[in-house]
Amino acid sequence: MQTAIQSMPHGAAHAEPHAEPGFLRQYVFSTDHKVVGIQYGLTALIFLLFGFFLMLTMRWQIAHPGQPVPVVGPLLEAVLGQVAKGGMMSPDLYNSFGAMHGTIMVFLAIVPLAVGAFGNYLVPLQIGAIDMAFPRLNMTSYQFYFLGGIIMFASFFIPGGAAQAGWTSYPPLANAIPTDGQTFWLLGMVFLITSSLLGSVNIIATIIQLRAPGMTWMRLPFFVWAQFVASFLLLLAFPPLEAAGVMQLMDKVAGTSFFLPTGLAVGGAVGQASGGGSPLLWQHLFWFLAHPEVYVLILPALGIIAEIIANNTRKPLWGYKTLVYAALALGFISFIVWAHHMYLTGMGTTIATFFQTTTMLISVPSVIILTCLLISLWGGSIRFNTPMLFASAFLPMFGIGGLTGLPLGFSYSDIHLHDTYYVIGHFHYVVAPGTIFALFAGIYFWFPKVTGRVMNEFWGRVHFWGSLIFMNVVFMPMFVQGLSGMLRRMSDGGATYALRPDVHELNRVILWGAVCLALAQIPFIINFFYSIARGPRVTSDNPWNATTLEWQTPTPPGHGNFDKPIQVYRGPYEYSVPGASKDFTPQNELPAKA
Amino acid sequence: MEIPYTVKARPDTGLYNAKVGLWLFLASEVMLFGGLFSSYVLLRVGAPGGLWPRGWLNIPLGTLNTILLISSSITITFAWAALKSNQFGRFKVFLGTTLLLAITFLGIKSFEYRDKLSHYQVTLNSGQVVDGHLVERTADHLVLHGVEADSPKAFLDRRSREFRQLQHEEFKLATAEVKKVEAYKPRMNTYLALYWTMTGLHALHLVGGILVMGYFWGPGSRMWHTAPEHFTNRIEIAGLYWHFVDLVWVFLFPVLYLL
Repeated sequence: MQTAIQSMPHGAAHAEPHAEPGFLRQYVFSTDHKVVGIQYGLTALIFLLFGFFLMLTMRWQIAHPGQPVPVVGPLLEAVLGQVAKGGMMSPDLYNSFGAMHGTIMVFLAIVPLAVGAFGNYLVPLQIGAIDMAFPRLNMTSYQFYFLGGIIMFASFFIPGGAAQAGWTSYPPLANAIPTDGQTFWLLGMVFLITSSLLGSVNIIATIIQLRAPGMTWMRLPFFVWAQFVASFLLLLAFPPLEAAGVMQLMDKVAGTSFFLPTGLAVGGAVGQASGGGSPLLWQHLFWFLAHPEVYVLILPALGIIAEIIANNTRKPLWGYKTLVYAALALGFISFIVWAHHMYLTGMGTTIATFFQTTTMLISVPSVIILTCLLISLWGGSIRFNTPMLFASAFLPMFGIGGLTGLPLGFSYSDIHLHDTYYVIGHFHYVVAPGTIFALFAGIYFWFPKVTGRVMNEFWGRVHFWGSLIFMNVVFMPMFVQGLSGMLRRMSDGGATYALRPDVHELNRVILWGAVCLALAQIPFIINFFYSIARGPRVTSDNPWNATTLEWQTPTPPGHGNFDKPIQVYRGPYEYSVPGASKDFTPQNELPAKA
Repeated sequence: MEIPYTVKARPDTGLYNAKVGLWLFLASEVMLFGGLFSSYVLLRVGAPGGLWPRGWLNIPLGTLNTILLISSSITITFAWAALKSNQFGRFKVFLGTTLLLAITFLGIKSFEYRDKLSHYQVTLNSGQVVDGHLVERTADHLVLHGVEADSPKAFLDRRSREFRQLQHEEFKLATAEVKKVEAYKPRMNTYLALYWTMTGLHALHLVGGILVMGYFWGPGSRMWHTAPEHFTNRIEIAGLYWHFVDLVWVFLFPVLYLL
């Protein structure tokens, strides 16, 4: 096969002198996958912080219902007016912060960071391609994401505020709330879904078409496989939600009743809707997306962890092929588990039994992946640098998140746990000390390649230990609260319910845990920006002695990525090969003459 | 620096990039319309008392539109084949025909939409229901040309003998005796909501296709003289997309018009 990397002069088209692109073309409207990746990354990190602040103010309200929020209370009142009167959080404001915390974290922070930033930046590099298959679509994908983010953010400032019906936007509640926040939410989602469509088409097409010569499917780094499966989930699971979004928009704007049953009464009065719709339909369509979405959050994280573990144990991943097949199985099964979110909707025990079975089935590939990663540590001489600390903490944290999901997957135990803080604890263990730790690990790990500088190791450790301890202080008590029956989405933190006082007391523990968690992020933020400007420069293009192709580029990689044609000769994790001169053999290194 | 396989197929996959991209896009589109068709099934199965409107749409017009769209799918294939055999003039004719067929489809569709927007169901204080097209509407009366019955249920199945036997005439209704006036808009019932949403989304897909094909027929066709192979690929991609739009209609027509 011809080498794919050689630049091919194209006659007249390249006759004009090679001009440096202007600032706008280079940084704002760039089609370079690396710039688009960085744009995604920075925007998503800002949304991550913003979503966290929404939750911090909510945690204050939960712990101290009806008392003015310290520090930001006056600001909230100045910006949002009546809903934050006296710096206090009204139930309406609590509801919209809650809905937007979920929306922002899932759709504007984690997925764009995991797939948009890491996927965009690393996939072409790891497969030895000069760019994505459709660079202009790639830029457009970011722009749609950005516009969707603007719409979501703007909805806080419209009369009535942002959407209030939870990130799940269940009708008829979502339709019954008379403000426009929900309409903004739906419009924002249409933009985000379009962005994810363009992004996932691009990533899949790039992986199929632009692998360098010799880069066979079973030589792809596991990270690429994870992105491949995650992109398929985005590609196929999002459109039904788009259909549902269009229908809810019709309900909201054109007065249809797709999701409104006949005789629906709101506030004691029977509404004007024609009826005949089904609120359950929305839940089916929503969870048809939102369950695969969970695996979109997890798979790239698992991919990042796999790369970091192989690199820092200096060993090949244990069971590479098993990992790949497990990820594929995970992808397939994730499409038939969605209704385990709906056991209590009255859809019937037969359906519940089916979804309970598939839910137990999907835990098999998840456990396979986690086990492979765990066994990969065995017998390794592990380098505990900051990325590896985050990666090794990921394993038990994600384990807790996964195992606590089993009681939710059984329809009988779910009756007790549904809609309690137990669900919040479970989900956040998967995503916060799970996925977010993996994303932190990835940031510390690939920072030298992206910027040419290294982040400070000491402050990285401070960030790690602070985050690890306080993540657990925040989320562990939620299991206890949930098991004692404390419901979620209560703007007074369950104060009006007859719960044991010490269960309420935990709200205060969680609040201070969350505040400390916020403080623990300060070293990261300062370290991040300081290191971009002043961090020590890397002395090598491959500071971690890694094998995969992204480290065989100049630092940072220029436009076109590689300065030499790439030919791949071996699998991605050739660490500590017996008889080799060094303990890593890059994928593109010429085989030794036999 | 050029991205490989934008024009030539990659040997081991046998595809050029845009074709992979388009097939993926269509997979996503299948899920989009799949979501809507599933909603249709669920809402129809769950309709109260098994009542579902029948015969509300104009089958001859729908049939004509089906024929138009299938023909346009054939002509765009001929347009691509013309480029493959290096006949640019023939390509222009066939792509032009495709465009005309598509625009005619939209014209007929908008005629059907307009018909629905001027179609009213009026409930009187007496409980009688008048259903028909609006002839005139003033402050104190409105004139409908249509039929009258004791209950809106009589209008549900328009293929039934009972409905066919109703007398078509002009009704002049005083505003004072009118309880409710409702046009055949999406909000009237779930069937019309589905009809407007699904055909509307489909029509948007047609508009998108027409814009792109119009560009390839007009200014975009200059690419034929600089990069003929690339241009031929573009027409192939447009054709694949167009077949999909056609296919969606082939499902929409029986589901909404015939069943």
